[in-house]
Amino acid sequence: MKILLVGEYRDGRLLNSTYELVGFAEQVGGDTVMLLVGSETQLPLYSGTLYLADATVCGEYNPDMHKRLILEVVQKENPDYIVFLHSSYGWDLAPRVAAALGAAQLSEVIALADGGFEVGCCSAKMRRTIKPLTNRAVITIQAGAFAAVQSEGGFDLHKVSAEGAGRVSFLAYEPAEERAVDLAKAEVIIAVGRGVGKKENMPVISALAKAMGGELGASRPVVDAEWVAHSQQIGTTGQTVSPKLYVACGISGAIQHLAGMKKSEFVVAINRDKDAPIGEVADVLVVADVMQFVPALTARLSN
Amino acid sequence: MKLLVCIKQVPDQESRFEPDAAGVWYSETDVAFRMNEYDEYAVEQAVQLRENLGEGAELTVLSIGPDRVVEVLKKALAMGCDNAAHILDNDASRKDPWQIASIISSYAEDKGFEIIFAGMQSQDRCSAQVGVTVAEHLGFACTTTIVGFEYANGMITVRRELEGGMKGVVRLPPPALVTCQLGLNVPRYPTLPNIIKAKKKEITVIPVADLLSEEALVATTGFYPPAKKCGGIVLEGDVAELVDKVFVILKEKTAVLR
Ligand SMILES: Cc1cc2nc3c(=O)[nH]c(=O)nc-3n(C[C@H](O)[C@H](O)[C@H](O)COP(=O)(O)OP(=O)(O)OC[C@H]3O[C@@H](n4cnc5c(N)ncnc54)[C@H](O)[C@@H]3O)c2cc1C
Ligand SMILES: Nc1ncnc2c1ncn2[C@@H]1O[C@H](COP(=O)(O)O)[C@@H](O)[C@H]1O
Repeated sequence: MKILLVGEYRDGRLLNSTYELVGFAEQVGGDTVMLLVGSETQLPLYSGTLYLADATVCGEYNPDMHKRLILEVVQKENPDYIVFLHSSYGWDLAPRVAAALGAAQLSEVIALADGGFEVGCCSAKMRRTIKPLTNRAVITIQAGAFAAVQSEGGFDLHKVSAEGAGRVSFLAYEPAEERAVDLAKAEVIIAVGRGVGKKENMPVISALAKAMGGELGASRPVVDAEWVAHSQQIGTTGQTVSPKLYVACGISGAIQHLAGMKKSEFVVAINRDKDAPIGEVADVLVVADVMQFVPALTARLSN
Repeated sequence: MKLLVCIKQVPDQESRFEPDAAGVWYSETDVAFRMNEYDEYAVEQAVQLRENLGEGAELTVLSIGPDRVVEVLKKALAMGCDNAAHILDNDASRKDPWQIASIISSYAEDKGFEIIFAGMQSQDRCSAQVGVTVAEHLGFACTTTIVGFEYANGMITVRRELEGGMKGVVRLPPPALVTCQLGLNVPRYPTLPNIIKAKKKEITVIPVADLLSEEALVATTGFYPPAKKCGGIVLEGDVAELVDKVFVILKEKTAVLR
């Protein structure tokens, strides 16, 4: 078994998520090689064969070019699996590589399963076991699902490069928006989800936050709908928090949301759906209508 | 300019999911269907572009699935798409993303589309594969997870969402495919006059057999709920009692009430 790991690099930095690929490969077992489009000044703590392309030449986001680099390494190494993070880099590139190779693609793998791989489905409420029907497979792994593994052994470095340009041109990065409140420091967070219903219901949640002395956080749809400021979003594309108490009001518990709050010490979730995946991380799941339960709890706390 | 938007009909995500008879997907009994959330943003963006382009532009909406998918096609027509292609497939849920992508690309191949919109992922399968794979099949330029879209001077400029709230600004020429992320725009609600107008718009039905030539590359062998993490408790019942219970728990387990 040979596994090609495609590392991640952004804005001049090697991303730590790269090491989760190594953790995945250790669980599968087999030899690994790594390809990184990055820089010699930011080499990974990895032992094995490392193919390195220069990001200043090949671009940090240049899918046509990166695809060609990967295919070149695939030709040399003949890997059984080609593995990416399921990230803005990985989900963009993996299907291109799979299509070029006519290989099966398995997206957002969370675990190895009997006879295949486990993936989430139905907004993380359910799981599937899937397996490739081709000899070679392209796999993306869920961020955070496999423990990061670093090794000091040193590597055998091969420099690679690709010719030509790509059709997609990268123009610039835009930094994340300024944060009015640093939720990362908050001890109590009351988070609002779409289950709160409408913007007009927000004062009910704010009142609970006030009664508990907490800050308001939110899931993404609530931010998109402008019920709260963007800086209050919690999750992969927002902030990562670890308060002593996290109260999730009408939040389903999508993986991208959980990624931002699962380190909270104590989680209370209020949801009318008993099967909502937030239940997986909640210490207490209150099956109720937020608009009935929250005001009643606020009243009790204020007494 | 010809435009295409690909939409999938998916269950309401608050549904209770039970395995089907084969144990590889959900049973459709008692499941209400709606448009995949990501695809609503795709339709809105496509309609906005179509409106800006004005005369001479034509926007087709496509969905693969059984008869029930006509409902989402009608919604997309009422939102402003010009015509619809219903690729009739009673077995669509058994097809893997590779096959779904191949069906879409065989349909699109000879139609001269210049920009194709898809959702970033489907809420039930969550593969995030179909859009990019269609682009590869057609040889289109492609980018994913867009939260901003502009078409000017023959070029498409998008903002891609990256992790941690950062964005990347990216430019690509048509023919191109983009996959749309939540928050890209504010999808409109079809108005009554538009719903009525949409009744006159054409829905072409094409049997899937006319377009499908690929075998599946991935097999599903199981469909089941996640293993429950122990430790958490579930409280149900009367609101007043729930409040009392939660109050006690907060007092015992957290410092909030001390
Ligand atoms: C690349 C990517 C990045 C993303 N980044 C983020 C991120 O950083 N943060 C984030 O939050 N999301 C993110 N998302 C979106 C994420 O996948 C979910 O769509 C989102 O988290 C859902 O928000 P929600 O739980 O508020 O809404 P829904 O999923 O719509 O859930 C609403 C919940 O409320 C419950 N409910 C409804 N009415 C009531 C009621 N009256 N009383 C009680 N409960 C009720 C429902 O049962 C449901 O569980 C990202 C998605 C992608 C693809
Ligand atoms: N059955 C279908 N019919 C039309 N478009 C689809 C279908 N399945 C997936 N798509 C498109 O592909 C996108 C990604 O789906 P997926 O790869 O399944 O996550 C969706 O958001 C749709 O735009």
